[in-house]
Amino acid sequence: MAREVKIYTTPNCPYCKMAKKFLADNGIEYQEFNIVEDKAVREEMKNRCNSLAVPTICFNGEVLIGFNEAELREKLGL
Amino acid sequence: MYELIIIGAGPAGMTAAVYAARKKLNALLISSDIGGQVLWTAGVENYMGYQLIEGSELMSKFEEQVKLFPIDIKTGERVNSLSQTNKGFKVQTVKGESYQARAVIIATGKRPRQLNVPGEEKLKGKGVTYCATCDGPLFAGENVAIIGGGNSALETAENMVKIAKHIHLVSLTPFTGDQILIDKLTGASNITVLLEHEVLEIKGENRVKRIKIRDLKNKQERELDVSGVFIEIGLIPNSTPVKEIVQLNRLGEIEVSCANETSVLGLFAAGDVTNVPEKQIVVAAGEGAKAALQAHRYLQRLSR
Repeated sequence: MAREVKIYTTPNCPYCKMAKKFLADNGIEYQEFNIVEDKAVREEMKNRCNSLAVPTICFNGEVLIGFNEAELREKLGL
Repeated sequence: MYELIIIGAGPAGMTAAVYAARKKLNALLISSDIGGQVLWTAGVENYMGYQLIEGSELMSKFEEQVKLFPIDIKTGERVNSLSQTNKGFKVQTVKGESYQARAVIIATGKRPRQLNVPGEEKLKGKGVTYCATCDGPLFAGENVAIIGGGNSALETAENMVKIAKHIHLVSLTPFTGDQILIDKLTGASNITVLLEHEVLEIKGENRVKRIKIRDLKNKQERELDVSGVFIEIGLIPNSTPVKEIVQLNRLGEIEVSCANETSVLGLFAAGDVTNVPEKQIVVAAGEGAKAALQAHRYLQRLSR
């Protein structure tokens, strides 16, 4: 199933690292957006995803705030 | 049916797993994550063998070492309950899976304490955060509240004074953190310290808008306009799944003997979830090793 996975992160966030590792380990390609470096993506995450926490993972209209392996597995159909 | 189930994959659980595997126990390691609280730690300078290592990297190394052994691992599974059976124990997960074993080691660690005020749950990830390292940068240029008076709250304040517009540091008690951290904040112009104040409510619909606080001395209530609330009020042990069957202390920690035995035969515990003093990575790892060896001894006695 083709899907575009976006992950919004900050550099020192352990859950972001865990989430990226989980995606990589499961062979899922993703685009990463560092919200510290780019103010525009920060606003995008806040306004479009209605999230004020990282990691925020978006795909196919789903927005997952924080890293919850079980939930991510379920939503990605793994 | 397993011989041993280890619940939790922080330093204690993963060390227990390696020790159990080396004793050739048929074991299962079950956890919601790999690494536990260490993942929140940026730099670790006191785990021997590494002068300085990032917490998450240290836990990746633990994980690699566990995976060298033939041990079953289930991650992303949260344990809901643990009960006794005629042959040992039954572990039930939130997802509804169940696993059985003759012995169990609880190494579930601790989690951030919540304020338990109206609005907190609803606004998690919408301005309420328990991970300042993660979410701090999102509140650059905004007004925030930091709740707590210990070292974690003070360290969060130290980081946030550099990027937030204004900080309200709200603590139920006088400061309990180190003087060196308090001193670092005294010169900052964008911080208001509100000691002996309690948080009554976090307000907002889709986002945090303000918090309601009360001065404990004169009982006056007021509201502060903030877009972020950093909750740094300590940790509580993840002992809920076993609280009905084992002896806990007044902090909710599992009481263990010096050989990691709990009040229930065949049920062991290790690491920060126990009443063992000093919550340190190296201590938790050592306790995990002891618990696995003791569990092995117990299983040997059973099979005799």
